[in-house]
Amino acid sequence: MTNTSLKAFNAMVRRDFTLALRNKSEWANPLFFFILACSLFPLGIGPEPNTLEKIAPGIIWVTALLAAMLSLDGIFRSDFEDGSLEQQILGPHPFTILVYAKILVHWLITGIPLMLLSPLLGVILHLPADGIILLMISLLLGTPVLSLIGSIGVALTVGVKRGGMLLSLLVLPLYIPVLIFGAGAVDVGLGGLDTSGHFLLMAAILVLAITLAPLATAAALKVSV
Amino acid sequence: MSLNEFFYMGGYAFHVWTSYGLTLLLLVLHIVLPIRRRKQLLRRIHKTIKRESAS
Amino acid sequence: MWKAIKRLTSFKNFYRFSGKLLPWFGAITLVLFLTGLYWGLVIAPIDYLQKDSYRILYIHVPAAWMSLFVYIVMAASGAIHLVWKTKLSEVIANSCAPIGATFTFLALVTGAIWGQPTWGTWWVWDARLTSELVLLFLYIGYMALHSAIEDRASAARAAAILAIVGLVNIPIIHFSVNWWFTLHQVASISVGKGSSLHPSMYWPLMVMTAAFKFYFATVLMMTARNEILERDQNSNWVREEEKNL
Repeated sequence: MTNTSLKAFNAMVRRDFTLALRNKSEWANPLFFFILACSLFPLGIGPEPNTLEKIAPGIIWVTALLAAMLSLDGIFRSDFEDGSLEQQILGPHPFTILVYAKILVHWLITGIPLMLLSPLLGVILHLPADGIILLMISLLLGTPVLSLIGSIGVALTVGVKRGGMLLSLLVLPLYIPVLIFGAGAVDVGLGGLDTSGHFLLMAAILVLAITLAPLATAAALKVSV
Repeated sequence: MSLNEFFYMGGYAFHVWTSYGLTLLLLVLHIVLPIRRRKQLLRRIHKTIKRESAS
Repeated sequence: MWKAIKRLTSFKNFYRFSGKLLPWFGAITLVLFLTGLYWGLVIAPIDYLQKDSYRILYIHVPAAWMSLFVYIVMAASGAIHLVWKTKLSEVIANSCAPIGATFTFLALVTGAIWGQPTWGTWWVWDARLTSELVLLFLYIGYMALHSAIEDRASAARAAAILAIVGLVNIPIIHFSVNWWFTLHQVASISVGKGSSLHPSMYWPLMVMTAAFKFYFATVLMMTARNEILERDQNSNWVREEEKNL
């Protein structure tokens, strides 16, 4: 990456991060949703600790996934609406670099807080301590992928009015492998088996997503704008 | 295989015939619907040409 | 040479060319289906364990293979459209989606109906079935995305991008039975290495596969021709050829 591209990357990260922090609802609402949605399960299924312990990894992962998905709209929405996105595409800096920056900010604002909140929810759902650690690792590896793959979906639907449902339809099928390995890693680890397979696969998916997803996102944005 | 055996399919008549029947239905649908659409389109084209040559 | 290719793939030439091929492909499809069905349902022997229920194989396997094949055609056509901006590739990609979704649906449903007496369950969340289900959602997502975007050109390009992104699912479906321990049967047929299926079952399966392939080509041509007629209805060549259309 050239010097100017790196500067552009940093500038975009700083800009989007500042903007996101100022808009409190953008980063706070997904976290409230996460906590609320997780809390619904003991209320609906019954508070029996043994039952909850068994399904806790799945519940936390699914609700984290949904929370991440609900927050995706914010990545490009405001820039799309005021025309800055178009300017960024036409500008002198490689657009893909700017896309990387935006996705990174989304993960920092959404993914990391989700990961940090997960121990709290693990405790509520009677997940044992070992499980909580495995859960955090799986979310650490998985949430960037959710942001990366999700950004493709948002990029494709940013021009569609009320494209929220369409976004879910496009993005959730692609999320399924991440969910399977993420939640699976915790289950397998709690069962005493070796988790390295799951985590290595998640790392591989992460690498694949980092290298390819922003290209697709950038291409999709150029189509939508 | 006698005709009776054919329909009975060794006790699996429901399974075999539902599968084959559903498949036949959907595959026929995918032929019939384009044919109808084609007739629709051709009708529209003929009408447009007739209207324009009359005016 | 590129000019010649672009001329060959114009709407008018494709329409004419496919119009000549269509009756032949239709006839071949019919013959292959009738042959395959009679061979598979009547002549082929019963399976030692599954008796007659295994005959679903002659529908399930070709449908599953086609669901993958059609997706690859759709994604490749989309890629061609993105790179070379040809109109025909856009039409072909769109025409693939509904029939591909149908093949996927049939593979899933016939698999479930077959699985119930054989394995005692309609469904299991193993890698192959789950990723085939994802494939169905990808087809539906393609069609939903295309119809949601108002500008036709943008819709085509966005859908093409989605199709290419979803390509990653295809090897997962194909190799999942080798990678994971699953309820689904390990591949008995592979290109180049022959098959572990008995010839009396292998050949009717091949005939049915060919039947499905010709069927797909027939439906693809019919659907593509309709879309061409709709897009070009006000063009010169359509008006001039009106009687021969």
